[in-house]
Amino acid sequence: MPTTASAAHPLTDVTASDSTLRRFLHGLPGVDAVGLEARAASLGTRSIKTTAKAYAIDLAISMVDLTTLEGADTPGKVRALGAKAVRPDPTDRTTPATAAVCVYPDMVPVAKEAVAGSGVKVASVATAFPAGRAALDVKLADVRDAVAAGADEVDMVIDRGAFLSGRYLKVYDEIVAVREVCGTAARLKVIFETGELSTYDNIRRASWLGMLAGADFIKTSTGKVAVNATPANTLLMLEAVRDFRAQTGIQVGVKPAGGIRTSKDAIKFLVLVNETAGEDWLDNHWFRFGASSLLNDLLMQRQKLATGRYSGPDYVTVD
Amino acid sequence: MSDRLSVLKTYKLYVGGKFPRSESGRVYEVTDSKGKWLANAPQSSRKDARDAVVAARKAFGGWSGATAYNRGQVLYRVAEMLEGRKAQFVHEVADAEGLSKSRAAEQVEATIDRWVWYAGWTDKIAQVVGGGNPVAGPYFNLSSPEPTGVVAVLAPQESSFLGLVSVLAPVIATGNTAIVVASERSPLPALSLGEVLATSDVPGGVVNVLSGRTAEIATPLASHQDVNAIDLAGADDVLAKELEIAAADNLKRVLRPQPVDNWTATPGIDRLTAFLETKTVWHPTGSLGASGSSY
Amino acid sequence: MASAFDYAPAPESRSVVDIAPSYGLFIDGEFVEAADGKVFKTVSPSTEEVLSEVAQAGSEDVDRAVKAARKAFEKWSALPGSERAKYLFRIARIIQERSRELAVLETLDNGKPIKETRDADLPLVAAHFFYYAGWADKLEHAGFGASPKPLGVAGQVIPWNFPLLMLAWKIAPALATGNTVVLKPAETTPLSALFFADVCRQAGLPRGVVNILPGYGDTGAALVAHPDVNKVAFTGSTAVGKEIARTVAGTRKKVTLELGGKGANIVFDDAPIDQAVEGIVNGIFFNQGQVCCAGSRLLVQESIQDELLDSLKRRLSTLRLGDPLDKNTDIGAINSAEQLSRITSLVEKGAAEGAEPWSPECELPSSGYWFAPTLFTNVTQAHTIARDEIFGPVLSVLTFRTPDEAVAKANNTQYGLSAGIWTEKGSRILAVANKLRAGVVWSNTFNKFDPTSPFGGYKESGFGREGGRHGLEAYLDV
Repeated sequence: MPTTASAAHPLTDVTASDSTLRRFLHGLPGVDAVGLEARAASLGTRSIKTTAKAYAIDLAISMVDLTTLEGADTPGKVRALGAKAVRPDPTDRTTPATAAVCVYPDMVPVAKEAVAGSGVKVASVATAFPAGRAALDVKLADVRDAVAAGADEVDMVIDRGAFLSGRYLKVYDEIVAVREVCGTAARLKVIFETGELSTYDNIRRASWLGMLAGADFIKTSTGKVAVNATPANTLLMLEAVRDFRAQTGIQVGVKPAGGIRTSKDAIKFLVLVNETAGEDWLDNHWFRFGASSLLNDLLMQRQKLATGRYSGPDYVTVD
Repeated sequence: MSDRLSVLKTYKLYVGGKFPRSESGRVYEVTDSKGKWLANAPQSSRKDARDAVVAARKAFGGWSGATAYNRGQVLYRVAEMLEGRKAQFVHEVADAEGLSKSRAAEQVEATIDRWVWYAGWTDKIAQVVGGGNPVAGPYFNLSSPEPTGVVAVLAPQESSFLGLVSVLAPVIATGNTAIVVASERSPLPALSLGEVLATSDVPGGVVNVLSGRTAEIATPLASHQDVNAIDLAGADDVLAKELEIAAADNLKRVLRPQPVDNWTATPGIDRLTAFLETKTVWHPTGSLGASGSSY
Repeated sequence: MASAFDYAPAPESRSVVDIAPSYGLFIDGEFVEAADGKVFKTVSPSTEEVLSEVAQAGSEDVDRAVKAARKAFEKWSALPGSERAKYLFRIARIIQERSRELAVLETLDNGKPIKETRDADLPLVAAHFFYYAGWADKLEHAGFGASPKPLGVAGQVIPWNFPLLMLAWKIAPALATGNTVVLKPAETTPLSALFFADVCRQAGLPRGVVNILPGYGDTGAALVAHPDVNKVAFTGSTAVGKEIARTVAGTRKKVTLELGGKGANIVFDDAPIDQAVEGIVNGIFFNQGQVCCAGSRLLVQESIQDELLDSLKRRLSTLRLGDPLDKNTDIGAINSAEQLSRITSLVEKGAAEGAEPWSPECELPSSGYWFAPTLFTNVTQAHTIARDEIFGPVLSVLTFRTPDEAVAKANNTQYGLSAGIWTEKGSRILAVANKLRAGVVWSNTFNKFDPTSPFGGYKESGFGREGGRHGLEAYLDV
């Protein structure tokens, strides 16, 4: 069996075979969809005002993985994105930088250069993103490329086909293999594509599978399918990282991605973090937003708080 | 007619499927409408009432847990058995109520038909008074009637057999178990009914028949903490009020005495629903997958 | 909660409600003083501030109100159902329009969080009137005969835990079926009923159809005993319910009683655990546990007791107790000093009998009536706190080993109002639900209410059902 740096926890046994892994994942507590969504909705009614709102907006900005994942991406586009990540609001230097820029592997060198010296990380999607439908060798080569080009973080996709057909150990082994390639150079985010896993029970199982395999982050989605991050699936993943740390002592981050466009939404997610996983996760080392248009809305809200006036799209940069 | 000396019947109580005498050892004289001695009937004590409650409680789980179809079959079986013993009941009812043979036969036939009517209700009442509720949310919820529990029934004083069955059958049709206090003056048809029930398929304890002084038996039943409901049909206004006050101690469901001109009239479902509780069970419905959720 | 992410105060504006310094009784369409001139003060339980001075109805006032209701009954019951329906639809709409104002008012007078009055009480109040409005002209289809008749004057006595919602549960079906009402709100929460009188005025409801008599228990007793009342509806304690049952004995008055409870919330080892924790919290801390159908006994399968209690305690630590008008408050004030002392003495008894109390770190405001969320472990069926209704934010935790034992313990109470079942196994839900002697069983959820759903108890939790088609029966001569 492949081993990882974090494989010494008390749950190591469960990955001994396909059947032990299946038994473990299917033995996780079930999720009642209505109850989960009701809890997420109820936390969504928290009213975050004044000082708390200012804190939340800056925290959210610092958690953004500013993302461009288009076939049309060019070095110019990526450079502009990098500049925006480093200095989101050129008119206000107190604005925090984002956590990272997130790009395809071939754009990693450009991105590295664009954020050099800023502390902003470069994240690269990999493993035949977004579908993940390639041979393991190809996926690992993809990861190797990204890491070699200096990616600080790798956002891999799991093999949803294998997961949905019950071949959990295959999914596990693949994550472990990618983890090995990342080594100590890159933190690994494991994307489940929750919209394709479809059920909350599957999302909980995938979360534990990813964490058992050594994920540094578990991430909802690619942003390329109809349903991406939602308060409910993110809440569920926050419960998973909370419970995983309680059992193993290992802390894992969470990254909702796709569909989060407004400050109001982002703040709701931060409330979920605060009241589910707790304040240990209120840091961009442990929580990220995979987003692009969200940043400008956060910046406009920030300007509104600072000036008392509502801002407009012409007062933030379009990149 | 031969001048053979007939064998007299010793009437006994019917409790827990058995035929005990009153634990008090008391009997009282039962006469026909002209004052002629008919038999000695057991004069039940408060301890007999207590024993009957224990028997009824013991029988409740099985009877209320039986399928409604099964209860219907059992009640129909009672009608079958009565049909075969019609002559005996015609005789007893005629004596008890001072009726002609043909009027008594009408009463007994109406009584048999009443068992049939209630036998047919057992598996329909839930559909008539229960059902799903269209709640405004992602939940399925269903309201179903359930039997109240152990019901004390004071049978009507005047109609010794049709009246008795008219108040008893609806109570057990829905799954309750009963302690029925027979008409004080005319208890014999009720006591004989116990013999019919014992030889039909009604489980012991589902119906318990006590004879004696209504007020003496009803008082401990009305205040008994393990009796869930009481039908005051056989109580006069003064007694009914006393019993209703006593019944408040554990919030028994009380069916007050209502004037009944004609026991042969179609009964409707009021007596069925009087001793039903409504239970509403909720469950989330949710969606097929996690994809339905939104902000 | 000590966190980097401290929520700043987010108070709902109090200015949306204008509370007059004094209120009269509402009799025959007008606010009048009590015949003997008596008044009492109503205070905000979160601050002890006096909100208003309210006329206190005596027996003479009860008589006056019943007469007004009797007089109004003739015309009201003779109105076509479709016309009565429109009055009720009007009332429902006006309540929706004024829901923010009424939510703030209810929070001030009762002490419960604005989150609850805004998201639960008021929407349910409007929905209840809306639901019964539609019945008014369809009664012949309700299964109570071809032309069911109203009873006459309904005397209604409601509690302080859901003042306006309990008013809606009482008044909406009564009016839909053609009865007129005299309603007594609780002495600690009279204001929303008096505002409702104004809603009736706005809706143009004929005078005398609804009469509101604030007062104490003696006012309620006089109303229940009044010879010209045809129907008594009461929600409140089991002790008072029994007293009412005695009072009406030997009369023709129809009675419905919705009384106390000691609901068991049963958690099996295969429960959806995170949702179960939410359900337990909701079951006992909703409205500070001052809920008759609260899940005040947690029955947890022994094999998951530790895990569940850890999760529960962690969750309790995130509850926010404080200013009920703050939109982020989860736990508000206890309704009165009297109720607080009742809770306190039962909790002391629990500890004295050997159960172990636990509460999260929780700072209680210095004025007002407050009680920290509390759970007791080491509780057995024999403990007072496992048998008596506490009516406060106090959860008793008991364990079981098998479904049989769970059902036996759940049913081992004189009450029978509510129960909860948490398991992912469908057949177990149906089997357990079938055995529970309780009027409402929530499986994999808790404390859900809907106007279409009948609600009410078994055993000493009362009799009759409120809500749904079933709720009509209580107000019809059937």
